[in-house]
Amino acid sequence: MPGYLLIESRDPFESTGAARTYELAIQLRAAGHDVALFLVQNGVLAVRSGARRTELDKVIRTQIEVLADDFSLRERGISSASLIAGVQATPIDSVVERMNAGWNVLWH
Amino acid sequence: MTTKQTLTFVLMDAPFESARTTTAFRLLHAALTRGCDVNVFAYEGAVALSFAKQAQHPNAVHGRDVAQEDHPLSRNWIASLMAYAHERGAALNWVNCGLCVDERGVGEAIEGVRRGSPADCWKMAQQSRATLVIPTK
Amino acid sequence: MKVLQIVETAYRATAEEQDDTIIWIAHAMRGASAELGVLLAGNAVNYVTAEQDASGLTLGAWRQTQPPVPAQDVAALIRKDVPVYCIKEDLAERGLLEGKLLEGVVLMSRAQMPRLFAEYDQVWRW
Repeated sequence: MPGYLLIESRDPFESTGAARTYELAIQLRAAGHDVALFLVQNGVLAVRSGARRTELDKVIRTQIEVLADDFSLRERGISSASLIAGVQATPIDSVVERMNAGWNVLWH
Repeated sequence: MTTKQTLTFVLMDAPFESARTTTAFRLLHAALTRGCDVNVFAYEGAVALSFAKQAQHPNAVHGRDVAQEDHPLSRNWIASLMAYAHERGAALNWVNCGLCVDERGVGEAIEGVRRGSPADCWKMAQQSRATLVIPTK
Repeated sequence: MKVLQIVETAYRATAEEQDDTIIWIAHAMRGASAELGVLLAGNAVNYVTAEQDASGLTLGAWRQTQPPVPAQDVAALIRKDVPVYCIKEDLAERGLLEGKLLEGVVLMSRAQMPRLFAEYDQVWRW
């Protein structure tokens, strides 16, 4: 069964599409796939402690790996100390790693 | 010995319009750093990324002349990554969708970039471990 | 290799391009013998509705002679044996579920996406 890396580049405040990505991550996990969510660009705005977010919490509770691009975080002044629990800052190489492992990688 | 992987990226954004362009190039760099061969199929606006006539300019708002501003140009990014790939014994194979080039009048591409078609996109994908499409909005 | 193409953005530069460029590239890859499926989601579900008409664009003396016809292009994909799926919930949200839809499009719910993905070797999200 292939793994799925869902890349979310948009924030959930301006776009309803981000919530669709989170929902798809949960559905794929429920279907038995390895799933990771990689937040990049404005997608990382959802993971600052105190940010309003409901759907992303569901993803974290489903034990899907939630990764946030370290460059995007730094660019937006989001330090590791201010990340919500369950999210890991990671270099962009983690996308390439999964592509090399044959995962399906979907960008939104 | 690890077998070298080939990855394909499909890009759509024109230069200077979206953060997706910078992220895409960061991914290409990361893939080459890992020793992968990399294919890029540039579709729609992305065919302008390799346009040879992109030029730097000064920045009066910041009081910087051309040299000081050292403005990024995607054509230089591509050239730099091609050299980086070569140093590492890897390949960066960049193909522009020809019809997209024609309609945008950006036929003068930097050396090493070639003209192709969606058939190339499909062929690249077939030969790759994985393909990532980074769509425009 | 079979690849599912997810199309979500609709009417992006369709007048300028005289095509939806993702439906177009699906046709072009099919012409190169690609095995494909197309999933229409988000606003792209509007492509399967009747009575879309982008004709008549006039700018000064210039008149468009080949307006985009997305419904016809989607229908042509089906004729080329490219299965086309459409998300029911997205149709419903847009008030389209009760209307006349393109024949041959397979309606499915969002919850069925993982099962659809499993039928393909790769999934590309445009």
